[in-house]
Amino acid sequence: MCLAVPGRVVGIEERDGTPMARVDFGGVVKDVCLAYLPEIEVGEYAIVHVGFAIQRLDEESALATLRLFERIGALDEEFGDAWARAADETERAPEEENR
Amino acid sequence: MKYIDEFQDPALARRLLDDIAGTVTRPWSMMEVCGGQTHSIIRHGIDQLLPEQIELIHGPGCPVCVTPLEVIDKALEIASRPGVVFCSFGDMLRVPGSDRDLFRVRGDGGDVRVVYSPLDALRIAQQTPDQQVVFFGVGFETTAPAIAMAAHQAKRLDVRNFSLLVSHVRVPPAIEAIMRSPDCRVQAFLAAGHVCSVMGTLEYPALADTHKVPIVVTGFEPLDILEGIRRAVRQLERGEHRVENAYPRAVRPQGNQVALSVLREVFTTTDRAWRGIGTIPDSGWRLTDTYRDYDAEHRFEVTGLTTEEPTVCRSGEVLQGLIRPHECAAFGTACTPRTPLGATMVSSEGACAAYYLYRRLATPRMEETTSID
Ligand code: SF4
Repeated sequence: MCLAVPGRVVGIEERDGTPMARVDFGGVVKDVCLAYLPEIEVGEYAIVHVGFAIQRLDEESALATLRLFERIGALDEEFGDAWARAADETERAPEEENR
Repeated sequence: MKYIDEFQDPALARRLLDDIAGTVTRPWSMMEVCGGQTHSIIRHGIDQLLPEQIELIHGPGCPVCVTPLEVIDKALEIASRPGVVFCSFGDMLRVPGSDRDLFRVRGDGGDVRVVYSPLDALRIAQQTPDQQVVFFGVGFETTAPAIAMAAHQAKRLDVRNFSLLVSHVRVPPAIEAIMRSPDCRVQAFLAAGHVCSVMGTLEYPALADTHKVPIVVTGFEPLDILEGIRRAVRQLERGEHRVENAYPRAVRPQGNQVALSVLREVFTTTDRAWRGIGTIPDSGWRLTDTYRDYDAEHRFEVTGLTTEEPTVCRSGEVLQGLIRPHECAAFGTACTPRTPLGATMVSSEGACAAYYLYRRLATPRMEETTSID
């Protein structure tokens, strides 16, 4: 959760009076609130944390970070299925105890 | 040099390491504040690539780890009530309360949902007006503006079936508490980059000055961390104690002004208990009185819970950098990521989990440390 992931703004719209964006995180697209970075434009990159864009980022550093996160599995942790992970961990527990 | 090929730019990593080795003349210890940095350090073996004289101490920067047991128990209690939809970030699911976790509450029939953003929880509230929707707001200054916005929007849109269980923590008072501790060995800090993306760096010069401690704002990619260490070592060797920004691509000194203004509207600072550490004055945020209606603790009246902390767990000492995870007797035996006794083993940002996942027992330097004690 503490991770902030860079993504590319692919679309902007207003919802309930708040600027929102569709942001592409290396293939995963999410709704992101732009209230804290209202001046960002389509095509630009931003650091996004728990659904909020918090700072602009240049393309080169954004792409480098995304590649790194993908390699170390951080993207899966951020956007993957938390229930499946928790179930997986709980299921394997007895096995671990017997080791 | 087993790990260095894994760096994004191994040649640059090599140069930074050479520079550090060429600068250091005596032992120094520095603390990386953020759990994301701890993971990066252990995963890429940064601590082992550094000259022997430099010791990295792992800090308390994992919100999942420091959320007090009492708050976890309150979350479990609220999540178990009928008519409640309890929304949380995925990392909180397996944090042990006194007798169970959120994952178990859902197994027992509670409506617990994982959301990506607090605004998703607000949306659920708008769509299910006959249910009470509660969002579990934990996190440092990076996360707090998102939670603040959810409260702000709920009030603005007059969504009445939405509330927040808030347990936010702030970094500067934690640094202050660590420096004031009589056992403190920290001589420099690598401050958390994304916390500063929001807050800026203006809170830090007073700390650096009072405690004569260099504070270098650092990102959490391996090269960012090496650069942060390089700058901290330079300052230490020269006897300086300044605030330096080694993460300018994401951090401006004044932070994110819009986020700060919403934070100030919705939250006010308060004393906060940190799990395993104790209460640190002024180290948390709570909702202001204007937002009292949105405070889940108030709405659900969860008081008088008795908590039960496992006695073997030494995560408080781990979080303060006083011991390393493998020095805890339960590490890797009674306590593993699948059977965690403490939050530092549950959270993907916890130091115990990092040591366990990256097998930090079999490495030469750790063995050396182990044999000393
Ligand atoms: S290894 Fe487990 S029991 Fe020991 S300090 Fe870490 S979380 Fe606590």
